Order: sequence, then structure tokens, then C-alpha cells
Amino acid sequence: MDDIFNALILLSNFVIVPGMAYGSQLAIGALGVTLIYGILRFSNFAHGDTMAFGTMATILLTWALQDWGVSISPLPTALLALPFGIACTVVLLLLTDRLVYRFLRREKAAPVVFLIASVGVMFVLNGLVRFIIGPNDQRFADGERFIMKAREFKRMTGLSEGVAFKTSQGLTIVTAVIVVAALFWFLNRTRAGKSMRAYSDNEDLALLSGINPERVVLITWTLAAALATIAGVLYGLDKSFKPFTYFQLLLPIFAAAIVGGLGNPLGAIAGGFIIAFSEVTVTYAYRKFLAYSIPGDWAPEGLVQLLSTDYKFAVSFVILVLVLLLRPTGIFGGRTAS
Amino acid sequence: MSFLSGDNMTGGYGGADILHDCTIGVEQGEIAVIVGPNGAGKSTAMKAVFGMLAIRQGAVHLDGEDITKLSPQDRVAKGMSFVPQNQNVFTSLSVEENLEMGAFIRRDDFSGTMEQVFELFPILKEKRRQPAGELSGGQRQQVAVGRALMTQPKVLMLDEPTAGVSPIVMDELFDRIIEVAKSGIAILMVEQNARQALNIADKGYVLVQGRNRYTDTGAALIANPEVRQAFLGL
Repeated sequence: MDDIFNALILLSNFVIVPGMAYGSQLAIGALGVTLIYGILRFSNFAHGDTMAFGTMATILLTWALQDWGVSISPLPTALLALPFGIACTVVLLLLTDRLVYRFLRREKAAPVVFLIASVGVMFVLNGLVRFIIGPNDQRFADGERFIMKAREFKRMTGLSEGVAFKTSQGLTIVTAVIVVAALFWFLNRTRAGKSMRAYSDNEDLALLSGINPERVVLITWTLAAALATIAGVLYGLDKSFKPFTYFQLLLPIFAAAIVGGLGNPLGAIAGGFIIAFSEVTVTYAYRKFLAYSIPGDWAPEGLVQLLSTDYKFAVSFVILVLVLLLRPTGIFGGRTAS
Repeated sequence: MSFLSGDNMTGGYGGADILHDCTIGVEQGEIAVIVGPNGAGKSTAMKAVFGMLAIRQGAVHLDGEDITKLSPQDRVAKGMSFVPQNQNVFTSLSVEENLEMGAFIRRDDFSGTMEQVFELFPILKEKRRQPAGELSGGQRQQVAVGRALMTQPKVLMLDEPTAGVSPIVMDELFDRIIEVAKSGIAILMVEQNARQALNIADKGYVLVQGRNRYTDTGAALIANPEVRQAFLGL
């Protein structure tokens, strides 16, 4: 009997808990991408680096706060610095909108032109972040590291396997729930949110109804900045901050948004978890799990790992290709990805 | 001069003119209908009156005020409302949200106006929580007209409101439009179903190649043998 429990606990510790946290981070990132796609009508390739920028701003203030001895322990100080990071990112995105996208909007440029311009913005942000904070790994997590340590869990239950639940993981999941609830409340209940959906649905009719497009654009960038920064900081707290990693996050985030259907917020959330759990389950080594769940002498000798973690990006890429081939509008039916 | 009038309008898209010295007008509480063959410039005339098309010559007046240079959005604020022929509802928004968006420029309490729209189109009240994209063609047109009425306009402009709906639904829609006109709103509409539309029209404009060919009361146009033969197929 203990063996079954041990197997389940093992799976929770290495697959379910990390998958939930990673899925939440991807979901918040994908929400930003899908929002921009739905309302501004282009795939924003600069989203990963926007996350990096927001996280960087948050880290810089976190370090300053740590120096000044400000702390909200057991919670990480970065939470205190988060609003500042969001504010910086809002300013940055509004600036890029002024300098780059507004011109294209007036020219009524094709979505692909926006996309290429966003690649340009991505490179600039890429350089900017490396210039300010450097290309290396940065750690900024402090406060209580664990909500539950594996050792305590073992002592409590008497099992030989334990579940470790990191503060950053708990924080990520709680924050994701709050962010998603707040976003849906905003989009479905407020006048500004409804006008955004109306604009996304039918631009001409929105104009006829007196909805100001520039205001809609402004709110969209503000929301995208907040979502990107929150996703970036949560990811950074959970793992660590490195500009290149954030650039790489673009792939799973886009895969999540496209799997769920671009422009569909609910789809982005589901997509985030689908991608995260696929990555984690495919790259997890199942040997110990099998050793617990099948008779001893049948236990495999190899690691039983389907794919090395080095290849984890291949997972999102394969899912992305499959979805685009089989169901281009995504599982929940957004617009056609273009 | 009429309450709303487009006088001697000349203009088109790009280089070529579509409208030539075209004049259209409507009084409060009346229905004016623009009919004519395909490509006669009916919808273009409508767009010119609403400011979606810049005219080279002529002027548009609303209640004596020159609004020729105003943008469509500004004309909405002045009390004009427009129902486009296609894509005239927010398909992913609920019926109620469509009406709310219609009232977007209003900062006062518009629940009374919404009740009036629901009285005019009772089916919409029943389906208020349903996405407009899931409704039938006729119900969608009701949403579109309802959305346009939410600003409490003085002028309601309809571009082929009965396009693609069944004859029964068309009669029903025309009845509602008459009701709206009776409340004192000026109604200007373009119609393919010329005979039925002229039947309810106080005033009719027959356009051919962007020019006024016949202008008279609806009844007189239906009685006119030339109009009957050439445009009504009677």
C-alpha cells in the first residue's frame, strides 16, 4: 500500500506541483500574447523580452529594498517591487507603441508588418536588458523558501517519499488565480473591458459606436505590460532570471496561446497548462515511479525518460506544429493563426 | 431644407465620382427610402450623408447646422445613428452587451432606453444573455437596429435592413421601423425590396448612376407608370 502512495507522492513532487506552477506562468504569459493578438491583431514576438524587462525592473528595486532592509518575510521582497516593475514596463510599452506601432496603425499596415516590427522591438529590448543587468543568471528570491519541505512531509506521513512545496510555487498558483479572475472580471464586467472586446470583435462598428481606438490600445498595452511582468517575476522567483531564458520562453508561450486559440483568453490558460504538463511529463524520468508501482524484479534499469530535458522546447514545438496542422484555430477556436 | 439633408452631393472613392449632384433629405418622424438598380450609388449616398465618404461638392445639414466636415463619430454625437448592411453586430458579445456598446458615448443612465428597445423587440429581452452571433438573421438585424437606437438618435440610417431575411421577417421589421418613425425619429434607409419599402415611405428617391432620377412621395412613385415598369418590375 505504501508503495502506491510513494509512487503518487513522487509524481506530485516532480510532475504535478512543478507542472502547475510552470503552467500558471505560461498561462499568464500566453494571456498577454493572446490579448495583443485579439485587440491589436498581431503576434507580438517581443513579449518574452517584455517579460525580461519587467522582471529586470522588479529585480533592481528588489535589490535596493533588500539593501535598505525592507522586507515582507516570509514573502519574497520582489512582490513589493512588482508594482514598480509593472509601471516601468507600462511606460516602456507605451513608448514602443508611440515610436513603432502607432505609425504602422495609421498606415493600416498588414499584420505581418507588425510582426516583423515586433521582432525588431524584441532585439532592442534584448540588448537593453543585457546592457542594464547583464546576460548572467540573477537570483533575487528571498523570504521563506518552502511552504512544506520534503523532510517534514516524510516525518508527518512516515512515507519514504516527500512532497516539497516551494513558496514560489504556491505564490505562482495563487497569483495566477487572482490575475485571471481580475482579468475576466475586467473584460466581462467593466465598460472599458467590454469596449475592448467590442473593438476586438468588430473594429468598424466599434468606431460607429463612439469607442475611441487609441484608448483601447492604451488599455491593452497596460494590461499586457502587467501580465508580462507578473509572469516574468513569478518565473524568476520559481527558477532564476536570465535574459536568454526569457527569450526562449517565447516558444512555449506562443504554443500555449495558439493551442488554446489565439485571441481566446480561456484558451490561453488551458494552453498554458497543456504545454507545461506535456513538457514536464515527457522529460520526467519514471524509473523510481515504476519501481514503486510494479513488482520489484520488473523494475527497469534505465531512467525511463522519454526525452532529455535539453529537448524540452521540442515538446512545445511539436504540439505547436500538430495544432497548426490539425486545428489551426486552436482547441477552443480563436482566430486562424497568421 | 429638410431636417437632415444632403444637398447636391458629388463625390466618390479615389478619382472617379459615384455621386453626381445628388440630393437626399428626410424630416423628423418620416421615413425616406433610397431605391434604384445595383450600382446606382444608394449605399454611397448614405455613406456620404453619414460622413464615411468625403464629398467634393455639396453639403450635409442636420437641423440647420452644416455638418459636412464632421467625422462619423462626431455625427453620432450630434444625434445620427447608422446601421451598416454587413457585420452590424458584435457577434461575440451578448445581446445586452451589444446594446450597452451602442450607448457607449452616453454617460447617463441608459437603462430606460434599453427597456424601450426591449419593448420594441421583445425577442431581444428573452435572448439578452446570448451572444449576438448565435441569433438568426432577422434577430441580428433587430440587435443592429436596437444598438443604433441606444444613443437616442434624432436620425436613424439603415443600409438594407432586410437584406437576407425572409419576407415575413421583412414585414415585421418594416412594422418596427414605422413604429420608430412614429416616435419622432427621422429614418433614412436604402432598400433592395423597392416596392415594399416605398409602401411604407413618406418620401422616395430613385437613384440611377449616382443621380436623382425620380423624387416623390412613396405612394406617388409606386403609382408612377415609368417607375413601376423600370424599377419595381410591375
